[in-house]
Amino acid sequence: MLLIRCPWCGERPEIEFRHAGEAHLARPAAATDAEWAAYLYERANPRGWARERWRHAHGCGRFFNARRHTLTDCIAATYAPGEEPPP
Amino acid sequence: MTRFSWAALARGALRGHRAWTPQWRSPDRPQPDYDAVIVGGGGHGLATAYYLAKEYRLGRIAVLEKGWIGGGNTGRNTTIIRSNYLFPESAALYDHAVQLWEGLSAELNYNVMFSPRGVLMLAHSHHDVQSGLRHVHANRLAGVDNEWLTPAEAKAFCPPLDIATPRWPVFGAALQRRGGVARHDAVAWGYARAASALGVDIIEGCEVTGITRDAAGVTGLETSKGPVRARRIGVVAAGSTSLVMAMAGLRMPLESFPLQALVSEPVKPVFPCVVMSNTVHAYISQSDKGELVIGAGTDQYPSYSQAGGVQILGHTLEAICELFPIFRRMRMLRAWGGIVDVTPDRSPIIGLTPVPGLFVNCGWGTGGFKATPGSGHVFAATIARGEPHPIAAPFSLDRFTTGQLIDEAAAAAVAH
Repeated sequence: MLLIRCPWCGERPEIEFRHAGEAHLARPAAATDAEWAAYLYERANPRGWARERWRHAHGCGRFFNARRHTLTDCIAATYAPGEEPPP
Repeated sequence: MTRFSWAALARGALRGHRAWTPQWRSPDRPQPDYDAVIVGGGGHGLATAYYLAKEYRLGRIAVLEKGWIGGGNTGRNTTIIRSNYLFPESAALYDHAVQLWEGLSAELNYNVMFSPRGVLMLAHSHHDVQSGLRHVHANRLAGVDNEWLTPAEAKAFCPPLDIATPRWPVFGAALQRRGGVARHDAVAWGYARAASALGVDIIEGCEVTGITRDAAGVTGLETSKGPVRARRIGVVAAGSTSLVMAMAGLRMPLESFPLQALVSEPVKPVFPCVVMSNTVHAYISQSDKGELVIGAGTDQYPSYSQAGGVQILGHTLEAICELFPIFRRMRMLRAWGGIVDVTPDRSPIIGLTPVPGLFVNCGWGTGGFKATPGSGHVFAATIARGEPHPIAAPFSLDRFTTGQLIDEAAAAAVAH
């Protein structure tokens, strides 16, 4: 089980959180069917560092972003929505 | 290849079993040029190569496998076979596979130990009963066997089942009698042996590192054992599909998750069928070695770790103990994880891609083993003809653009 640092509540066990998919996907204002499909469904799914959304569902209820390595599951940083990911 | 028979076995025994030869050729390196290359030496990839060679007489075929054949999800699943999916497109695809399973040992001259012992799916609530009956009716309309059992009938079919536990009483069950289990390793080995006998090169320890293209389409692959030219490439790489397709510049509608399973210590035959409960999320059968084979769920986040969270196993074992109090004192022998590639609609992707000559068979998520023969069969036809096999056509990659999704989230059974 992961230990995840909520930017507002601090470190909590993974079962308090819900994973919420790839982060930093920009919803297109106008899109062709292919662009809309890309936004809705196509994902980087990287083996390595990923940026993803989490929600502290059984805590403050707020969304935030995390930088996690998908081979080791190590979380390098968590940060508030709208912030740039730390290097 | 030595053809297996009673006579061959007797001859082998008389020679002290010292004369058996390797089951398939295992070239160290790929040839520089092939008519078709399959990326991924799991059950689906090996089956694809076998049917390409056997039914379409394609000349030079190679299967490139990063690790060893059958070492990925083919060797990590819970071996359940069934075709009771909700929609007609899925029922056609999975039932095509069940029909091939029924004759597979004879077809391959290799005992894959297919055992149609029945798959029982439990209902624990009024909603479960309605949903279960809907599946039964949909299956029967699609010509797939499935029947509804009362709690007493379910108990008679599977005596270890406790139908009156206070937490998860059984209100009924759907039974597919043609469903069951098979020996997963034997499926990989059987297809490898039969494909190799037809001239397919199976190269293990050969990782694909690049896909080369020109204006007309794919031209070949870069691998850890040198470049390979091919105008037809079929990617069957399960959890690693996104990574391979990215080499051709494609972004896939896939996310890869760890899925876990575990087995108990072996015991005498006690469990006669496969039981699945979607509500409590538990599924269980007993292998011929006597181990209880138990499937757990996926982790909630994508990962390539092939491990998974321990709390997932705990949750599954709680459910098993609630449903089957007789198993409370069983010891678990080992647990493991595999990486499954999950699509947004929980149905696979089989077919063409925007890159000419590049074909993909992926997105089987948590339930690909059951489809192995059918998947390989329709994918081979798709590669050979350059157009989708009729059964594969609804599972095209472009359904995510057209919106013609096949939402099997309920029938896929594993929580994810």
